[in-house]
This record gives sequence, C-alpha cells and structure tokens, in this order.
Amino acid sequence: MAQRAMSRRSFLNLAAGTGAGVALAACGSSGPGQGEGGSEATYWYLTGAPGEQIRTNTVNRFNKANSDSQIKPTAFENDAYKTKIRTAIGAGQAPTIIWGWGGGGLKSWVDAGQVDDLTDWFAQNAAVKDRLFPSSFGAATVNGKIYAMPCETVEPIVLFYDKRAFDKIKAEPPQSWGEIMALVPRFNAAGIAPFSLAGQSRWTNMMWLEFLFDRIGGPEVFQAVFDGEKGAWSNPAALDALTKVQDLVKANGFVKGFSSVVADANADQALLYTGKAAMMLHGTWTYGSMAEEGGDFVSGGNLGFMNFPPVEGGKGDPSNTVGNPGQYLSISSKATAEQKEIAKKFFSTAVLDDTEIGEWLDTGGVPIVKGSESKISSSKAPEFLTFVNETASKAKVFAQSWDQALSPTAAEKLLDNIAKLFQLSITPQQYVDNMNQVIGQ
Amino acid sequence: MTGLAPPAVRVRPATGSTGGRSGSIGWMALPALTIFVAFGVVPLAGVLLLSFTRWDGIGAIHPAGLDSWRTVLTDPGLPHALWVTFLVMALSWAFQTPMSLLMGVFLAGRQRYREILAIVYVVPLLLSSAALAITYKALLDPNFGLGAGLGFSFLAQDWLGRGTLALGVVVFVVSWQFIPFHALIYQGGVRQIPVALYEAAQIDGAGRLRQFFSITLPQLKYTIITSSTLMVVGSLTFFDLIFVLTEGGPGDATRVLALDMYKRGFQANLMGPASAIAVILVLVGLALALLLRRLGGRDASASQQEGM
Repeated sequence: MAQRAMSRRSFLNLAAGTGAGVALAACGSSGPGQGEGGSEATYWYLTGAPGEQIRTNTVNRFNKANSDSQIKPTAFENDAYKTKIRTAIGAGQAPTIIWGWGGGGLKSWVDAGQVDDLTDWFAQNAAVKDRLFPSSFGAATVNGKIYAMPCETVEPIVLFYDKRAFDKIKAEPPQSWGEIMALVPRFNAAGIAPFSLAGQSRWTNMMWLEFLFDRIGGPEVFQAVFDGEKGAWSNPAALDALTKVQDLVKANGFVKGFSSVVADANADQALLYTGKAAMMLHGTWTYGSMAEEGGDFVSGGNLGFMNFPPVEGGKGDPSNTVGNPGQYLSISSKATAEQKEIAKKFFSTAVLDDTEIGEWLDTGGVPIVKGSESKISSSKAPEFLTFVNETASKAKVFAQSWDQALSPTAAEKLLDNIAKLFQLSITPQQYVDNMNQVIGQ
Repeated sequence: MTGLAPPAVRVRPATGSTGGRSGSIGWMALPALTIFVAFGVVPLAGVLLLSFTRWDGIGAIHPAGLDSWRTVLTDPGLPHALWVTFLVMALSWAFQTPMSLLMGVFLAGRQRYREILAIVYVVPLLLSSAALAITYKALLDPNFGLGAGLGFSFLAQDWLGRGTLALGVVVFVVSWQFIPFHALIYQGGVRQIPVALYEAAQIDGAGRLRQFFSITLPQLKYTIITSSTLMVVGSLTFFDLIFVLTEGGPGDATRVLALDMYKRGFQANLMGPASAIAVILVLVGLALALLLRRLGGRDASASQQEGM
C-alpha cells in the first residue's frame, strides 16, 4: 500500500511538474519592472567590451549632470537580450529606453504600438537629428515615421586577416572569389584554417551569404526578398551564391568544427588572433575586443582588413557593404510622461556627446556623428578607423544585416535554413524552396 | 510460505468522521492543490487557449481557430522534433538505467568506502545544468578544448558540430548529471530488500549473480518503474542543458520538442504554434506516465513481500 501511495504521489508531482515547466516556459521571465517612482527612467542595453563600459559611462555622466532626473541602467548578454527585451515589452515591463538594432525588430514593436513616434520630436530638435549620419535613419524609420534615435557606431562587416599567416605561406590577401578558393588548400596545407567562423551563432554564417548575394547579383536580389516578392529566392544569382558557399565548406574553407563555435564567447576572434585561422569575415565591432584580448596581435600591426572582394562576373558593386548602419534607442509607450522626458533629455544631451565620441573612436568604432572624421587622425587607431569610415561612407549600398532587416519570424526561419546549408544537410535548391515558402511573413 | 503468520488483511480506509479525532483531513490537501491549480492548471488552460490564437508576444491576441494546429501538424519539423525527443528519451533511459542500477546496488553496501564514494557520486547532481553545459562545451571545443589542449586527436572531434555526435553528447551529459540521482533511488530500494531473502538464497547455494537476477532485480520492480517514469517524463522537459549546449543544433539535430516550442514562441514570435506544441508536450508526458504506471502490472498494490 505504502508503495502504491508513493508512486501515485510521484506521478502527480510529475504531472504537476510537466505542467509547471511548460507554464514557466510560456511565461518567461519578466525582469525588473520600471518601478512605480516616476522620476527614474530605466535603460537596457548589451554587455560586452568595449560597448558596455562606454554605455555605462554615458549614463553615469548624465546622472551626475542631472540630479533630478536619473537613469537606471541594466546590461544583458547579446543573444539573451533579444528574447528578454521582447518578453519584457509583451509583459508591459519594458524599460523606458529600449536599445535595439532597428529594422524588422523595431517594426514589430511599432506594429504592437509599444514604442513612441519620435518624428515630431526630431522636427522640433533638428540639431539632434542633423548632427547624425542621414543613412543611419533608414533602419529607424517605419512607414515614413521615425521611431528610434540612432546612436553609437556604424558597423560594416569586413574581411579581417592575419598578416603573419599570409607571410607564412607567402601569399597576398585575396582580390576575388577565385583567389579565396585558391588560398584555401594552401592554408590548409600549412596547418592554418583559412577562415574562422562561429557557426553555432548562425548569423555569422549569414554574413557570408549577404556578401555573396550582393557581389554576384547586386543588392536587388535580397531587396526582392525583403519586399516579399513571390519566389524571390529562386533568382539564379541566389542559387549561385548558395552553391559557392557550400563549395567553400566542402573545400574545408572554415575552421574545423566551426558548427560548435559560438560568437558570444569571442571564440572566432580568438582563432584569428592566436594564429589558428588566417581570415575572418566579421563586423567591425570585433576590432575593440581583439585589441583588448589578443595580446599584441592588433598593437603589433598583425591585423589586416579589407572589404569583401568581388566575385568574377558578378553584378554587384565591390564598394557595397552590409552591417549595422547604427544602433537604436526607442522610448517605451508604456513609460510615464516624466520618464519619457528624462529619456528625451538623455537623447539630446548625453547620447554621443564629445566624451562618448572619443571613447568609441579609441576602441575602433566610428560614431555616426558628422565631422568625427577630423578626430580620427588623433585617435588610437587612425588606420582602421579611416578604413571603416571610408567603407561605410563610400559604399554605393550599405545594406542592413538580413536578420535585423526582416521580421523576427522570417529571420528565425532564415537563420535556421542557413545553419542547415552550412551543415550541408540541405542543398541550395532545398534552401531556396524552404525560404520561398515563408517569403513576405 | 511458512504459514505461521495470518494472511495480510486489507484494511479499508475509514470514511467519514469515524475514528478520527477531528473529522475530515481533506483540507490538508489544500496548499498543494492551490499551488497545483495556480501554477499547473491555470497556465495549462492559458496555453490551450493561446494555441487557438495568433499572437506575436507583444501585440494584440487574435483568435485564429485551428490555424496554429494546422501549421504545427503539417510542419515536417514536428515529427523530427518528436523523433529527436524520443531518441534522447530512449537512449538516455537505456544508458542511465543499467548504470544507475549497478551503482545503486554497489552503494547499498554498508562499507565505509562506499559511503564516501556515495557522496562523491552525488556531486554532479549539485551542479546547475547551465553550468554543466557551458563546462562541457568548453571541454569539447575542437580548437581550444580538451582534445586540442592535451593533444589527443581522437578527443578533438567536432563533437557539437555533427548531428549524431551532438545527440550522443547530449545523451551523455544528461546521463552524467542524472545517474547519481537514480543511483540514490536504487540504493534506497536495495536497502529495503529483506536480508532474509539473501540468506535463504545463500543456503540454497545461489551465487552472487543468481542472487542479483533472482532477488535484487525482481524486488526492485517498483523502484525501476519509479525511476524510469522520472527519466522518461523528465526527459521531455530537457531544455536548459540542450539550449546552452547546442541550441538545438547543428541544424536541427538536437531540437527536442521543448526547444522547438521555445524557438517558435520566443525567437520566431509565433506564440500560437508554440502553444500548440506545449499542449502536445503535456499530452505526450501524461500518456507516457500513464503507460509506465500500467507497465507496473494490473495489481500494483500487490505486495512483493507476502509471507515474509
């Protein structure tokens, strides 16, 4: 009898446990609310050097200068943040100031009526708007209205390489796709992985497709997908790009075990600066952490950088680039009037002030403020910053990263299929078929 | 057997207020019931309702009839996720049960060194799944992990980058974490087996192996069922460990049902289909638990020690 009672109880516990587990997963965590007190605004942003420290410094300076209006900052790790901020917004617990990437994610907040329209505010405060790069407002604009303040730095994706590795095999950085494919066996023979890649993070793989699509077929190919044209992925240029990337995987172009490498831990950068990989296609934001964590790799002049080379016979302009045209700050519609005032004051007086501009420049970032070019020459990394600035400003088309431009629903499907493509578990044609099904979602 | 003791008499629990000092004790179930309703039944009902809607997590909730169910049930991702879930369940059960059974039997001995070992064995149970996953991930890293560090090329596999290997790693880490727990259950079970049975077997000339298969195993029947129920139903809710270790990857090789639910709900913002999967998860869990109860035999109340 005793045994029976025992097992029934454990069964009930299990049933309850299953239910509760599901329920908890469904609820998610709400995180700190915005508090009842009206005179304190909240601000969530990302962790990670060097940006986290700069963001925190800006908030601290603002708090010091404004004793009556305070901002309480909280920092979250990159991949977790995307989910966290969304859950918080859905639960009505969003911070006053919401840090984001603009584009499709911002649009979904706008569609839900969760962030404030800042068009009028920018019209009244033209000085705030006019000092920023006009190109940075594209991803902040939804249906012709501005819903976010662009901030921080412009971050194109570029091809980093290790000069030591090229010296070792006596080769020059590749000037075309053909040269890339020719370099692969030579680096492999020398025991150096041709390219570092954090494949588990998926958006890292996506950067390769972004460039191949552009270089082969021009920016129109992805634009058609973005516009929701039926069958847009079936473009022959898309198929060509997908095939080329699988060719590179098959030729062992990426570091062994790239599918287990995660970008959040900066393991892909470590592969480059420890000399295990020769090249890495990555955002310019990695420069700061490579300089900080890579010993004398950056300071010793071993890091090379260039725009992605053209593909033979491709239609895309070789000056085109993709990446983040800026980062974005939105104001939660659920915040109190007082909190919103603090946020706007923060936008107009603290965001990208001279100190912050200097801090970004020192860590290898180009702030989206006009006229920062003149400060580049006196910064710690003039050569890299000039390169970033020219890549960004001379690009014929500066496309936003696909996963940020698309809606979160479409982006998830995209990343999922890209991961499978790099796994070689689906063919380019299967990729095209899968993605055509969800076009326009 | 001996015929000296009177046969066991079944005592019917007293109904009503007879015999008790203060009448019904039904109220004692109230706290547990409240918690169960608040955190089990209510959210479940909410999830069921959500599965008939279209919701992106932050906007308005639109009723959508059977749309979500149609999406989920026609998606090839569902049978795949079910299959992966089943594989993780079956493989980790097949690996854990014999291991923990043997370990439990071993730990049931009263020798001092075994008591000390018992404490050592329980350590994995004290670690959080997330920490475990991060540690294993670092150890298995093909470029900076154990294999590369120690120079053993066979350890420097692409552990988490190949479908079958990644599944194997998941099963191994899950088992590594939970074997001590089930070993403890078996240890308790073994210690309850009357020594007289073994003494009788020894007199009859049964060896150790024979004793194990003829006494220990049959006597542990209900312990095995309890432990298996915990393993099987518990494996349905594996999430944290797999999420941190592989994020369901590579591709979707380790995307179990719980992970599929999370990805749809919180990464693709499709709360309707995610809720439908949650409902499926609950149904599968309940069905499995009931099935395992049934496997325990029709007359679960029958004593195994009758006549002792």
